[in-house]
Amino acid sequence: MRRLWPWLALAVGLIYFILPLLGMTEFSLKMRRGVYSFDAYAKVLADPRFQETFTFSVVMALATILFGVLLVVPTAYWVRLKLPRLRPYIEFVTLLPLVIPAIVIVFGYIRLYNTSSWLPLTGSAMGTNILLIFGYATLSLPYMYRAVDTGLRTIDVATLTEAAQSLGAGWVTILARVILPNVLVAVLSGAFVTFAIVLGEFTMAALLNRPAFGPYMQLLGANRAYEPAALAVIAFAITWGCMALIQIVSRFAPKAPVNPH
Amino acid sequence: MTTQTHPVPRSIASRLPLNWLGVAPFVIFITLFLFLPTMHIVVGAFRNPAGEFTLANIQGLNTPSIISAYWISIKISLASALLGCLIGFGVAAAVTLGGLPRWIRSPLLTFSGVASNFAGVPLAFAFLATLGPIGLVTVFLRTEIGIDLRALGFNLLSFWGLTITYLFFQIPLMILIITPALDGLKREWREAASILGASGFQYWRMVALPILFPSLLGTLALLFANSFGAVATAIALTGSSLNIVPILLFAQIRGDVLGDPHLGYALAFGMIVVTGIANTIYIWLRARSERWLK
Repeated sequence: MRRLWPWLALAVGLIYFILPLLGMTEFSLKMRRGVYSFDAYAKVLADPRFQETFTFSVVMALATILFGVLLVVPTAYWVRLKLPRLRPYIEFVTLLPLVIPAIVIVFGYIRLYNTSSWLPLTGSAMGTNILLIFGYATLSLPYMYRAVDTGLRTIDVATLTEAAQSLGAGWVTILARVILPNVLVAVLSGAFVTFAIVLGEFTMAALLNRPAFGPYMQLLGANRAYEPAALAVIAFAITWGCMALIQIVSRFAPKAPVNPH
Repeated sequence: MTTQTHPVPRSIASRLPLNWLGVAPFVIFITLFLFLPTMHIVVGAFRNPAGEFTLANIQGLNTPSIISAYWISIKISLASALLGCLIGFGVAAAVTLGGLPRWIRSPLLTFSGVASNFAGVPLAFAFLATLGPIGLVTVFLRTEIGIDLRALGFNLLSFWGLTITYLFFQIPLMILIITPALDGLKREWREAASILGASGFQYWRMVALPILFPSLLGTLALLFANSFGAVATAIALTGSSLNIVPILLFAQIRGDVLGDPHLGYALAFGMIVVTGIANTIYIWLRARSERWLK
């Protein structure tokens, strides 16, 4: 009995998780009557709307990552170095996007940054794109900040900074050539999570009316039968790829110092 | 090689408020794109179109359709959070303590990372292809075993349908959060308990569960908030046929179905209140549980 229940729990879990994956894969192959084929994939991949929205979301994801790194790395570094008392508060703030639903945040954006406001970001396509990037950066903040902060914990920030300063480095040099290379693995794992989140995000893009991949998937789901399943398989593969990349890069992470104190 | 010398000693520099300038970009960003938008909603919920204070918007929530939307949202979130906690705990306990081989652990955690991020529109597609009217499991049960899910009253676009779908990201999230807590249970505690004559059940009831209780309840609160705010999965799964709060708010923002933007503020404010309560419990209990799990 005692040996049995763990296996039972695992088996039930496996069945629950494998069935939907199996279901969507099987369904995506069924477009041609009677035989399995990749027709649904061919159709999706050839759709110009797929290519446009996918490219749009990839560019958005990269911009979000770039912005997120520029925002989070200096902040987390500075807080560790100079304002350690502030750390619990900053950490709390970075967790807030998990508390406030994305739909509420974007609702606020629409009302606050409309064409008649002091910062009319939604007035132009470019402005809305920038607003969307800021929204995505907010959504990924809990993951990005945690990843970078954990990375900073494994290096001796103060000593590295003083060493760099005594060699004449300024703040930009320290951040770009000393701190960033040391926490690169952490930054990359934050970046891959961000990529996975942004690529499939629906709510913000749909409500800001941007041609992103998430709303495209939803639209296709409402109108087609087999293509959505193919899209789901593709989306799952991308998520899996991002997580696998995190695993791979974290093998190169510096180990925590042997003597912590 | 010339070294640049700093005329100002660091001890003086660190006393200047200049230090705070380093976090200024972050503070400005958070203020503009997290605090102000949220505050705008909260304040708007208590204002009429003329900008005067009013409670009419909040009272406007008191219609049968909105009340039932909140009620079913809370029920789905609570059910998926409870089941997610229970099943996730079972799986995590099986892997950390139940004597399953070590090699299962790493793939399980990796898969949990993937599945907890596999939410939104594609997740809805996966479940439609599995449990929908012509989904894999539905068809298999009907043609091979003779069980007609539909005749039994099962519908994916319902309370249970949504709950089962949400479990796909709830269970992995639970596994990811609770595994470190289970690792924190020290072997010595179990040995001490059994030396004192405790059975396995007594050890769990009187030692392990009381220690884990705050993190269990806390994770429950986090999972609750997680599914309460989920918009994309619900919309992709049900279109707008199911009356739950996120869908209602989405429709309100899109086309002002309710006809009154300030009622939208009140709806959103209600969501903040519900997830806020859940997460206040989470943060408070996590702070308590971390005292034990050093």
